[in-house]
Amino acid sequence: MSTWVIIVIVGLATYLIRLSFVGILGRVGVPPYIERPLRFVAPAVLAAIAIPELVAPAGTIDITIDNLRLIAGVIAIAVAWQTRAMGPTIAAGMVSLWILDLVF
Amino acid sequence: MASARDRFKEGVRAVAPLLLGTIPFGLIVGVTIAATKIGNLAGWATSVIIFAGAAQLALIDLVDTGAIAFVLIATPIVINLRMAMYSAALATYFRKLSPIDRLWMPYLLTDQTFVMSMARFRPDEDPVTIKWYYLGVGTTLWTTWLLATTVGVVVGAEVPVEWSLDFTIALVFLALLARAIAARPALVAAVVGGVVAVLSLDMPSGTGIMVATVAGVTAGAIADWRLNQ
Repeated sequence: MSTWVIIVIVGLATYLIRLSFVGILGRVGVPPYIERPLRFVAPAVLAAIAIPELVAPAGTIDITIDNLRLIAGVIAIAVAWQTRAMGPTIAAGMVSLWILDLVF
Repeated sequence: MASARDRFKEGVRAVAPLLLGTIPFGLIVGVTIAATKIGNLAGWATSVIIFAGAAQLALIDLVDTGAIAFVLIATPIVINLRMAMYSAALATYFRKLSPIDRLWMPYLLTDQTFVMSMARFRPDEDPVTIKWYYLGVGTTLWTTWLLATTVGVVVGAEVPVEWSLDFTIALVFLALLARAIAARPALVAAVVGGVVAVLSLDMPSGTGIMVATVAGVTAGAIADWRLNQ
């Protein structure tokens, strides 16, 4: 399947999600059995994408001192947790990685 | 009654501080497009067609790793499922707008338009404020996003590989993750999602992300249910 077809399908699906409840007249609010699990989708999928990039940057698990992206990532997690802001998190992670790259 | 013009300008002013986050995020998405295999035009088009940063970044990353079509389609859609909650919350207000407005205005719905609108609208809000404040916020974000990703794509072609800018993908997701973890069950969902994703690295073409997401959501829901017992 071409990349363009995939982009259009994702775009259309995203639009339909945005439209969903606005489009359904008279119906207000998501039923609790849908709303509650929905709150866990974002943390689960974000971690599923981010954590392997730190633990296995080259595709195989590497939990050693030689894995500079893991060390920089742990520093970034600490900053993310404290600030909850994107700018400081990215800055901390990138600067850490550059310094580690220079030193090792 | 406030004029449409005043409400639009109010929306633009209200969202201005948030652009400090939108601009670098858009630049990163643009630079990532230029640095990966998706192709500059197709990558740039995601900003118009999808218009959701985290989902775009995931799609760009997965195209680069050669994931199968199902994963390429399912992952960004799963990331955007949270917008169903925003749609439900805004539906109360949008009922006062014309059918045409209700049809096209949700295109501009993002994390930021949702947060700004819910902070501004009162239960008895008038339709002029609902429409034009929302459009002030939404079109400002849309224009900024398009400009930032465009600049990112142009500049990105000049950035050397040694700068490891692809690492910003993981960092963006970590920052979004910290914000998404509001309570203990969400932390459980994240930990289980992350661990299962690492354990299923050998699964073909990114399908491990789907397995990890289902495991994380299930674990979060169970933790939530146990806390409420």
